Amino acid sequence: MVPLSWFLVLGAALFCIGVYGVLSRRNAIGILMGVELILNAVNINLIAFWRYRTPDHLTGLVFAVFVMAIAAAEAAVGLALIIAIYRTRNTVIVEDVDLLKM
Amino acid sequence: MTELYDWVRLIPLFPFLAFAIILLFTQRNQKLSTYLAWAGIGITWLLGWTIVFRAIGDKHVLEEGFRAPIFSIPTGRGLLELGFQVDALTTAMLFMVPFVCLMIFIYSKGYMHGDPRYSRFFAYISLFATGMLGLIVSDNLLLLYIFWEVMGLCSYLLIGFWYEKPSAMKAGLKAFITTRIGDVIMFLGMLLLYSVTGTLSFHEIFSEETLHFLKETTVWLPLVGTVSVAPVIAVLLFGGAVGKSAQFPLHVWLPDAMEGPTPVSALIHAATMVSAGVYLVARMFPIFALLPETASMSVVAFIGGFTALLAATIALAQDDIKRVLAYSTISQLGYMIAALGVGAYVAATFHLITHAFFKALLFLGSGSVIHGAGTQDMMEMGGLRKKMPITFWTFVAGMLALAGVPPFAGFWSKDEILAHAFEEFMHKGVMSWPFFVWLVLSLGALLTAFYMARQVFLTFYGEPRSHHMHAHESPKVMTYPLIALAVFAVFLGFVGVPEEFPVLGPLFGHNLFHHIVGHQYPATPLNWGVMGLSVLLALTGLFLGWLVYGRNPLKEGQPDPMTKLGPVYTLLRNKYYIDEFYSKFIVRPAVALATLLFRFDNSWVIDPFVNLVGKIGVWLSDLGRIFDLNIIDGIVNGVAAVTAWFGKILRLTQTGKAQNYLLVAILTVLLLLGLYLYLPM
Repeated sequence: MVPLSWFLVLGAALFCIGVYGVLSRRNAIGILMGVELILNAVNINLIAFWRYRTPDHLTGLVFAVFVMAIAAAEAAVGLALIIAIYRTRNTVIVEDVDLLKM
Repeated sequence: MTELYDWVRLIPLFPFLAFAIILLFTQRNQKLSTYLAWAGIGITWLLGWTIVFRAIGDKHVLEEGFRAPIFSIPTGRGLLELGFQVDALTTAMLFMVPFVCLMIFIYSKGYMHGDPRYSRFFAYISLFATGMLGLIVSDNLLLLYIFWEVMGLCSYLLIGFWYEKPSAMKAGLKAFITTRIGDVIMFLGMLLLYSVTGTLSFHEIFSEETLHFLKETTVWLPLVGTVSVAPVIAVLLFGGAVGKSAQFPLHVWLPDAMEGPTPVSALIHAATMVSAGVYLVARMFPIFALLPETASMSVVAFIGGFTALLAATIALAQDDIKRVLAYSTISQLGYMIAALGVGAYVAATFHLITHAFFKALLFLGSGSVIHGAGTQDMMEMGGLRKKMPITFWTFVAGMLALAGVPPFAGFWSKDEILAHAFEEFMHKGVMSWPFFVWLVLSLGALLTAFYMARQVFLTFYGEPRSHHMHAHESPKVMTYPLIALAVFAVFLGFVGVPEEFPVLGPLFGHNLFHHIVGHQYPATPLNWGVMGLSVLLALTGLFLGWLVYGRNPLKEGQPDPMTKLGPVYTLLRNKYYIDEFYSKFIVRPAVALATLLFRFDNSWVIDPFVNLVGKIGVWLSDLGRIFDLNIIDGIVNGVAAVTAWFGKILRLTQTGKAQNYLLVAILTVLLLLGLYLYLPM
C-alpha cells in the first residue's frame, strides 16, 4: 500500500504549484486556477489523513465535501468579479486593476 | 398767598416746551409752529405779569426776595443750591422781557413769512426766550451762567440763521467767539467768588456776613500784588458783561450781528440779550459797590462812558439803517454800564427797561422799513413817511424816546443817569470818574439826538433816492407790535418820574420805579439844571439833524453831508478801524500762532515723532515676520516634510498589486514557521 507520505508529498507539491500560480500569473483566471489547486491540495491532505488515521469517523470526508462546495462557490464569485471587471475596464490583468491605489 | 410766587419756576418752561415741540414734531407745519411759539411766550407773559403786579405791592418780596429752590448739587463744600427767585430786580426785568419777546414773536410771523426755515426760527427764538427768562429768575450765578450760555448759543444760531450768506455765517462765528472771551473771564470771576465764599447763591453772597468777609479778604495776584478780593471778582465778572453787552473792547460783534433777521436784532441785539450784561452788573452790584474807591467801579465807569461816546460817534457815519441802531445800542448800553459805574443803580436799571422797549420798537420799525423798502441802505431810502405811516409814527416815537425828548420814556431814564453822575461829581470834584461820565454821557446825548434825527430824515423825508423802491406798509401782524411798543416808549418813563417833579411826580406814585427796585438806595434828587441841559442837548441834536438832513432832504446821487468832515468821516465810517486793528493785531497773530502750532504738530515735531514710532513699529513687525516665516514656519513645514518623507518611503510597500501582498504574507508565514521550528522553545 502506498504510504501516507506520498500523498502528503503530492499534496505539498500541488500546494506549491498552486501558490506559485497565484503569485506569478498576471491573468486573474490563472490566479483563480492557482487558488483551486491550493484548495485541492488541502483536500488531498484531508482525505489522506482520514483514510490513514481516522477511517471510522466521517469528519475528514465531510470536510473535503465542504471545501469542494466552498471552492465551487469561490470560483463562481471569483469568475463573476473577473467578468464584471472585464466589462468595465476591458482587462483581466490584475496589475491594471489598481483603482484603490490611486 | 406766597404760592403764586412758586409759579416762577414755570416761567422759563413754556418757551422751552415750545422750542422742543417745534423742533421735534411740528417743523413741517409752519402755522402750528407759530402758534406754539406764541402760546409758549404768551403763557409766560401772563404768568410773569401776574407775578410782577403782585410783587410790586409786596414789600416783603421786593426787599427780601422770594426764593423757589429747584434742586441742589452736593459738592465737596456742602450743597450747591439751584433755584429761581423773585426779587426787585427780577420783577423789573420780568415786566420787560416777556412782553418785548411776545411783541417780537408776533412781529416775526410777518417778517419771516416765506422763509424756508420758518419753523426753525420760531424754535430758536423760543429757546432764546427760555435763556433770557431763566437768566432773570435765577437765584444763583451758576444757573445764571447756564442760561447766559444758552443765549450765547441762540445768538450764534440766529445771527447765522441765513447761513447761505458767508457774511452771516462769519458774523455768527464772530459773535460767538467774541462773547466767549468775556464769558471765560466771567467764569474765572465765578470760580474766584466760589473759592472765596463757597457759595454762588445771590442771597448768600449778599448777606451781611459774606459781604463783610469779602471786604476783609485779600488775594495775591501776579504782577499786582496783594489786593482786596471783591474788586477782582467784580472786574472779572464785568468781563462777561463787557462781552455780552458789547462794551469796548469787545463791542465789535454787535454791529456784525445785524446780519441776522431783523426780529433777532430786535430781540437779542437790542432789547434783551445784550442787556443781560447790564443785568449781571446790576445783580452783582453789591460786590461792585463793596469797595467803591477801588478799581471795580472806575473800570465799569470808564468802560461804559468810553463805549457810550465811541459808539455814538461811529453811529453818525453809518448808512445801514440797522447798523446805526446797533451802534446806538452799544452806546446806550454804555450809558447803563457807566451809570452803574457811578453808583446809579436805579437809574441804570430804569434805563435798561425803557431802552429795551424803545430799542425793540426802533429795530422792529427798521425791520418794517426793510421789509417794505427792500433795502437796508438809508442812502437809497427817503420819502417813506407817506407810504408807511404807521411805521413812521411809531419810529418817531422811538426816536424821540431814544433822543431823550420829554416826556418820552428815554428822557426820564437818561436824565436820571445824568443827574446821578452830576450829583456824584459834585461830591467828588472835577478830577473824578463821575465827572468824566457826566461829560461824555452829556456829549453822547447830543450825538444820539443828532444821529437819530439823521436816520429819520434820511429814511422818511424827501424823495426816494432809488428807482426800484416800491415801498408799502407792512402787514398788521407787524404794525400792531410796533404800536404796542410805541405806547410803552411814550408812557413808560412816567413810572420813574422824580418824586419832586411838579404834578407828574405825585401823579405817578412818587417815582414808582425807585420804590420797586431801589429800596436800599436813596433816590437821586431832581436837578433842574441837569434836566434843562439834557433837554437842551437833545433838542440841539435834533435841530442840527434837521438843519443838515431835514431842511433840504438829500436828492438822489447827492453825497452825505457828513462827508464834509473829511478824514474824521472816514475814521468814523470805518469804526475807528477797530475791526482792522483786531484782525491785524489779534486775529492774525492768533492765526499765525495756530499755524505755527500746526506746523509744530504736523511737520516739525509731533507728526515726525509719531511717524518715527510708526516706523520702529513697522521694523519690529518686519523682524517678527522674518522670525515667523523662517523659524516658526520652518518648524511646521519641517514636521510636515519629515512626515511626507516617511510617507513616501512607506508608500513603496503599497504597490497595489494583490500578488505582492500575498507574497509578503507567504514569506512571513514561512519565516514564522522557520522560527517556530528552529528556535529553541
